[in-house]
Amino acid sequence: MPKDQNLGEYLRLQGVSRRGFLKFCSATASLMALPPSAVAQVAEALATARRPSVIWLSFQECTGCTESLTRSHAPTVESLIFDAISLDYHHTLQAAAGHGAEAAREAAQEENKGEYILVVDGSIPVGNPAYSTIAGISNLDMLKNAAQDCFAIVAVGTCAAFGGLPNANPNPTGAVSVSEIIKDKPIINVSGCPPIPAVITGVLAHFLTFGSIPELDSLGRPAAFFGQNIHDRCYRRPFYERGQFAATFDDEGARKGWCLYKLGCKGPTTYNACATVKWNQGTGFPIQAGHGCIGCSEPNFWDKGGFYSPISAGMWGTREQLLGAAAVGAALGVGSAIAARRRQKKAQETVL
Amino acid sequence: MTLLDFALGPGLKWSLLIMIAGLTWRVVGVFLGRWRRDLSRPRSEAVVQGGLRTIITRSAPARELEKNIRFQHITGYIWHIGFFATVLLFEPHIAFFESVLGFAWPGLPSHLALVVAAITLAVLVMLTLRRMIHPVMRMITSTDDYVSLIIIISAMVTGIMASTHMFPRYETILAVHILNVELLFIWIPFSKLGHLFFWLLSRYRIGSYFERKGVKA
Repeated sequence: MPKDQNLGEYLRLQGVSRRGFLKFCSATASLMALPPSAVAQVAEALATARRPSVIWLSFQECTGCTESLTRSHAPTVESLIFDAISLDYHHTLQAAAGHGAEAAREAAQEENKGEYILVVDGSIPVGNPAYSTIAGISNLDMLKNAAQDCFAIVAVGTCAAFGGLPNANPNPTGAVSVSEIIKDKPIINVSGCPPIPAVITGVLAHFLTFGSIPELDSLGRPAAFFGQNIHDRCYRRPFYERGQFAATFDDEGARKGWCLYKLGCKGPTTYNACATVKWNQGTGFPIQAGHGCIGCSEPNFWDKGGFYSPISAGMWGTREQLLGAAAVGAALGVGSAIAARRRQKKAQETVL
Repeated sequence: MTLLDFALGPGLKWSLLIMIAGLTWRVVGVFLGRWRRDLSRPRSEAVVQGGLRTIITRSAPARELEKNIRFQHITGYIWHIGFFATVLLFEPHIAFFESVLGFAWPGLPSHLALVVAAITLAVLVMLTLRRMIHPVMRMITSTDDYVSLIIIISAMVTGIMASTHMFPRYETILAVHILNVELLFIWIPFSKLGHLFFWLLSRYRIGSYFERKGVKA
């Protein structure tokens, strides 16, 4: 899409009908929890929007976030909008390599000073910056450099938002999230491992429509997408209420689609739009496929006990520790009994 | 570390360790303490039978007192049975016990467990108010009782709120509920709630003592 072409013209050229475009606008407005009256505003803003410059930095990541976005059920309006942004730097997707690629990033930063959106996926190693470098530049330095003139940062994926897998105990690289380094720019955390494609396009749509960042929750995530937990929106919730749980992945309960709470589903403590927006052209999400939610959009989800331990199981220690506590109690009991006997004996001698 | 992480991790671990150490301390201390020698001639040698009989007979009100304590007795049973049904038969609780014990048992549908919990809570609140209003009950109620009641009532209220998602953030109310229960774990060995583990022993002791004295109680 040429830079002087607006999004509406571009979509028409790509064969997207007015009806299809408005349908997308309605869905996006609905996803963002906007009132129906805002649909026209969304449509008008998106149709006339100029392509914003986006610089995408990939640090300690698995490319799953990029895969999630680029392999979303294309061709859709969402993917066209994704195409319609000016993705000026993305070292997985761009044709340029080496110093040429870095020169493109620097040029885009200079040309769009104060206006470009910085998308980051992956965590940043601060323990030893040499763990992850691009063109000899450490992730830390590149992030600081790219962040200084950006409009806002979108931390895509749990690694960029909260540290993610690289941050898991014992965190050998000293991995941290974007928000632990950048303090003076608005940061939108689009967490998930990977995040839902519609959420990132929703955030972009919000930016294009209103020119601002959406309302965020306490963890810096768009409240419209992360405002409700999976459990509250789960289609298996009635089975939870009835006390019908799958105990193994191949028992009768599993075959009948009962609640996966006992198999470690983290739905009750996980905030994301999986149960409503869903994946794979809206056909399903992990729980629908028979596996419990692993809580991938929450901070430190790798270190919250086992994926297959129920939420209420807790980490109560070991049986040896409980026996140790009993031994300590017994020793205290013996000590207090001896002290009591001495006290009684002394009292008896005093009386005599 | 979030509040829920703390509640499910160090909070749970240390409260269990303190409860076990405290209970063992009390049992060992009592058994190894100096027992007064009874020099009187025993009226009966069947002290074991007497102790076991009392465990059963004390489960029903004495005939002479039945009329006066019927209300307290029935409501006491409702509250105790309801409390243990909620603790032992609510599926998320069973999942917790399974993680500690290694085995599980069938539970109640969550809706039914909720109804049981609500009835139990209502009875407990009523008994607490009666304790505060009734002149005799007020005289025999100590701070220990009130602290125990506050901890148990708040554990049940937070549990009902968590299971019905009546609080905006589920993980917050769940953490508060678990922390509340952990406070209960710590409080049990050092309060009258110790009867949760000692009621059989104390009934047996009283029964065998009375039997030796020739008292049929």
